[in-house]
Amino acid sequence: MKTWGKAVILATTMLASNANAEIRFGIVNEAYPPYTTKDASGKSVGWEIDLMDAVCAELKEKCTIVDVAWDGLIPALESNKIDVIWSSMSITEERKKRIDFTDKYYSSLASMVGPKDGVLGVDPAQLKGKTVGIAVSTTQSAYFKKHFADVATEKSYATVDEAYQDLAAGRIDYSFSDTGPLKEFLKTDLGKECCEFKGTVPADDAILGAGVGGGIRKGDDELREKLNGAIKAIRANGKYAEFNKKYFDYDPY
Amino acid sequence: MDFSWIIPYRDLLLHGAVLTCVLLAISVTLGFGIAILLAVAQVGRSRFLRIAAKSYCTFFRGTPLLIQLWLIYYGLGSYLPHIPGLRGSFLWPVMREGVFFAAVALTLNFAAYQGEILRGTLLAVPKGELEAAKAAGMRPGMVLRRIWLPRAIRIGLPTFAGEVILQLKATPIVFSVTVMDLYGAAYKIRQDTLLVYEPLILVATFYVTLTFFITQVFKRFENALPTSR
Repeated sequence: MKTWGKAVILATTMLASNANAEIRFGIVNEAYPPYTTKDASGKSVGWEIDLMDAVCAELKEKCTIVDVAWDGLIPALESNKIDVIWSSMSITEERKKRIDFTDKYYSSLASMVGPKDGVLGVDPAQLKGKTVGIAVSTTQSAYFKKHFADVATEKSYATVDEAYQDLAAGRIDYSFSDTGPLKEFLKTDLGKECCEFKGTVPADDAILGAGVGGGIRKGDDELREKLNGAIKAIRANGKYAEFNKKYFDYDPY
Repeated sequence: MDFSWIIPYRDLLLHGAVLTCVLLAISVTLGFGIAILLAVAQVGRSRFLRIAAKSYCTFFRGTPLLIQLWLIYYGLGSYLPHIPGLRGSFLWPVMREGVFFAAVALTLNFAAYQGEILRGTLLAVPKGELEAAKAAGMRPGMVLRRIWLPRAIRIGLPTFAGEVILQLKATPIVFSVTVMDLYGAAYKIRQDTLLVYEPLILVATFYVTLTFFITQVFKRFENALPTSR
């Protein structure tokens, strides 16, 4: 009886300390290079993982990665399976109704790639009558509705990867997404062969201005403040620029 | 429960529901036509046709529909632009769309299952009836057209209703090749509004209602036709 009681106490203290000692980062399962992707051994790597490591080093906290499908990120946060959503989630009004966000850690620049035909530019006039592949319910989709919907057709994809496939197969004329992943796609064999960078669309602060931040449970202000402090600190002390060099030739902040 | 999104998304939902019904109608109609050929080939005299039809049914019944759809869409579909002239032709606007490949995959799949069922029911038609037809002076083609096939279809009618319902429930797979069917619409609503359950409940209700409708139609058919052996 005595040992049984001890075991229960031990187990509960372990559980409790577990919850305190580490921050569980929800990382999206679907590859979104260069921000998050899996290496050959199945380990998560990428820009956002390096950012996470830098933030955790700054906070001197232990961080763990939890793989979650994109759809399941907000439910996982709400049901306390993760503490932070750290997966290129743009800060939008719709999402703010359900969750809180940290300050932005990068800005979403939206660009287009298209087939290699030498015609550059992304004006609405040039897109007249074209079909543009966009991942469903992204900031790019919102941007497209506002600026291009009356001249071009939107085709929705579950993930941006499928839009690349269809672009290479000639089923769509453009792929519209975040600049980082698009440039990464153009480095792949498929991308090199079929496509070229067409240009970055003009800024629209109402849609793209809020940027990308970490998703936090409503009311978890302590964690939010901690992460905000860490993001500010690594911006100031050069850690952010240091790992960013590995991925981009520009500052995405 | 929050269903306030139905009004702003009604066009998308309606369009999706129509697309689901159209895909079902196309694949069942064309698939049934192919199934008749497959079934007749399988009970026919030609050894070559028998083996060809049997292989077709084995392949399409033996592989997942999702894999067939992707093989056709990503595999075959990505070679189409390399066929000279096709990309500029009037066919291209149709052939670049996912819905074309979805209809093809669903049709081929349905044909395989239905072909196998019809083969069974062709063999279930009493020999005596066929002999009677022959004795009445009908040539083999006429026996097939007037007696054998109609009797086989009647015998298979109750199973046919079940197959159509299964086919209906196979259609959401088309969203994986960019077709905005009813499930695709629900997926988009879920992503936009972050509501997980409500759009799925609406979609489930639609499928149940349509299933009920299909059952009723077939019940009418069965009652109107003498199916006794």
